[in-house]
Amino acid sequence: MHPVGLKRLGIYLPRLRLERAAIASATGWAAGLRGGKPRGTRSYCSWDEDSLTMAVAAARSAMDGTTTPRVDALTFASTTHPFADRSNAGVVATALGLPESLRTADTAGSLRAGVGALLNALSNASADVETLVVTADRRIARPASEQESSFGHGAAAALIGRGTGLIAEFLGSASLQDDFVDHYRAGDARFDYALEERWVRDEGYLSIVPRAIAAALREADTAAGAVKRLIVQGPGRFAVAVARAAGIGAQACQGDLNESCGDTGTAHPLLMLAAALEQADAGDIIVLASFGQGSDALVLRATGVQMTATGRCSAALAAGSLDREYLRFLSNCGLVDIDWGIRAERDNRTAQSAAWRKHEDVIGFVGGLCRTCGTVQFPRSRACVNPDCRAFDTQDPKPLCDVRGRVKTFTEDWLAVTRSPPHVYGNVELDGGGNVFTEFADTAPGELKVGTPVQFVFRIKDFDAVRNFRRYFWKAIPVRN
Amino acid sequence: MATGIRDKVAIVGMGCSRFGERWNCGADDLMVEAFQEAVHDAGIERDRIDAAWLGVFYQEQSTSKSGLPLSMALRLPNVPVTRVENLCATGTEALRGAAYAVAAGAVDIALAMGVEKLKDTGFGGLPERTKGTFDDLWQPGFTPPGAFAQLGAAYATRHGFTMDEVKRAMAHISWKSHENAAASPKAHLRNRITIEQALSAPMIAYPLGTYDCCGVSDGAACAIVTTPEIAATLGRRDMVTIKALALAPSNGVEMGHASWDGAHTLTTRLAAERAYREAGVTDPSAQIDLMEVHDCFSITELVLMEDLGFSTPGRAVHDVLDGRYDRTGAIPCQTDGGLKCFGHPVGASGLRMAYEIYNQLLGRAGERQLPAPSLGLTHNLGGIPNRNVASVSILGLHRG
Repeated sequence: MHPVGLKRLGIYLPRLRLERAAIASATGWAAGLRGGKPRGTRSYCSWDEDSLTMAVAAARSAMDGTTTPRVDALTFASTTHPFADRSNAGVVATALGLPESLRTADTAGSLRAGVGALLNALSNASADVETLVVTADRRIARPASEQESSFGHGAAAALIGRGTGLIAEFLGSASLQDDFVDHYRAGDARFDYALEERWVRDEGYLSIVPRAIAAALREADTAAGAVKRLIVQGPGRFAVAVARAAGIGAQACQGDLNESCGDTGTAHPLLMLAAALEQADAGDIIVLASFGQGSDALVLRATGVQMTATGRCSAALAAGSLDREYLRFLSNCGLVDIDWGIRAERDNRTAQSAAWRKHEDVIGFVGGLCRTCGTVQFPRSRACVNPDCRAFDTQDPKPLCDVRGRVKTFTEDWLAVTRSPPHVYGNVELDGGGNVFTEFADTAPGELKVGTPVQFVFRIKDFDAVRNFRRYFWKAIPVRN
Repeated sequence: MATGIRDKVAIVGMGCSRFGERWNCGADDLMVEAFQEAVHDAGIERDRIDAAWLGVFYQEQSTSKSGLPLSMALRLPNVPVTRVENLCATGTEALRGAAYAVAAGAVDIALAMGVEKLKDTGFGGLPERTKGTFDDLWQPGFTPPGAFAQLGAAYATRHGFTMDEVKRAMAHISWKSHENAAASPKAHLRNRITIEQALSAPMIAYPLGTYDCCGVSDGAACAIVTTPEIAATLGRRDMVTIKALALAPSNGVEMGHASWDGAHTLTTRLAAERAYREAGVTDPSAQIDLMEVHDCFSITELVLMEDLGFSTPGRAVHDVLDGRYDRTGAIPCQTDGGLKCFGHPVGASGLRMAYEIYNQLLGRAGERQLPAPSLGLTHNLGGIPNRNVASVSILGLHRG
């Protein structure tokens, strides 16, 4: 029988990387002793990104725009799902164009939810079940707190199954659960409440994680000395202590990516796994241990099969844009109430019945392909848009999210309502025909030109503050290689 | 075989309120102001009007739905009032309804009224509005300047201009409108500006600066139309007749099909072609004496000079800078200041344009008067360059 393991792995980090020095210079007067010396950057979401959009991006990076592999189940793990009661995984599934028969689940409740979902998928993998595990977090921290600097926003996704061509094979695991409260966030709270690090290290990490690792290695029939790479969820300095306690060499400890993106919560173990696999040689034994009211430890073996180009951690880390706008960071985190003017009072109510009628078109970005003349169009409609055709009821669904295009017209609009002025939008001519009137995301003023190559990403379209709703659609971003 | 409405309808009275930030006026006040001028001009009793058309775009802002606001404001004697709306072509659409009713012989005398009360929003620019339950889910949250600004980069790229070159022509267009509005007593923005001021103004939506954008104004304009025969019985000898009223809405090509280049307004070309045919115009540059076009933004007017057939594609920049469309040029454009400076109360604009042509043809344009024009054109572009309604009307002087 073929082994079980990771078939694909993809990650996503938002483009915005806030320099910690900018946080320190804005909050140093208040942070006092907690400040320390600011180093590196942390990733943070643009105004139109949340855990759900990042999850879609990570899943797409795992798929890398190629023919969508078979997926039977999808689990979306996060402690910051945008919806507490509406299947977040269901939105991800529609955005990815996955079939109606898909089994979907949201898992949450602890930072351990990501590795937990991964372990469940590995345990359930069979010739008949392939599971896409997506993990993402956009945790918000109180200004001037340590978490404000140490957190990052990001996502990772893994396709789990049985078969050949695996990136990593699953050898064994062990789980421990324990109600150790190193930090918590109440259901109706915005921020974490975190306890003293030294206690967390000594009584939490060191008493729980090495035991989970030892049990997992036993199950995998692998000696601690054989472990080449150790991934421990949490600060890198804890990982070194855990390694020592587990009898694993300190050189095996995988870097925690703190300097480049910060701790992305539920997604972080998979993010670190992607970094480890990118450097791993075939046969390397990797231990992945989560932490959060217990620990799940997994033993994996690298196969030497490389991840997709977009799934590589180094690519995602390098794709960032340095940022020093602390106030924009607060605004994007919803922590400061910027005056966007009376225009922003516009009612963004979503007619759910209309959204449901068009959910494949809008969430899945599915246009029409005319059977009579071959014209691609968005939105699809009853009559073909080609002036030389105009045939009724001839359009087949045509997914457009992986189609690239070029800027035909654009503007940078300083009057329009957006949480990141200027509002950039225009017409994109799709490769292979078709024209889409679209918003552009992740562009700086002066960056776009007529003819700039673009690709599409899944983003928040509008917020409805009155009804506490947000709607999603696709936007164009410049292709950056 | 349809023969169109060429010379079947005469305009016997027109009125136009002062445009601007009319803080102390509602839509009813503005309509009464325009109507009193028109009914006096026509020399008829109010009760001789058989039917009326009311054009309002932002009914949530201005008045309310239906024909009632006009019937109530003028206390019309319960004659039919039809409310029409076709984006920025609304005023022309009202005139079209009234003129067609007269041409059909259904009524003797009809009123077309366009009005908009915009300055109750509490903020600058046009009101925000929904685009419909589906389009709101996917279309960009655009503003009018942002949507029209799209023409700028596409036009420059298409014709090989630098943006600085296009901007200079745009600045000339805005400068010209301010010059004309200074001689236009009812205009909203009557100050003069310099080319440098226009070029260095703050950016609203690249490449449009403040002076590239038209005024957002309150105002009303109206026309009283009848047959040339009845006009003669009212004592008219020289009279203004309607030569053509053409309309062309988008059907989705610009927004959804790769054939549109983003650098022209497709519907204007179609409406112009139809209007010229109906009016018997074969060489617009030689036959049209003046025009009022939809200069919501300077870039729009630039592109329209090509779409209406006055400049060959890619030549408008040079023609504008050469002064061809100045008040002293070969084909004056916006002699009253246009949307840019006379103002743009959406539902009224088409009729305001007709008002200027009407006065120019009758020799009543005061210090703006052109030497003996006989054929004038109005044009509206409602919506945005990639989805819109274009109207072109041609009015002529019929000498008795």
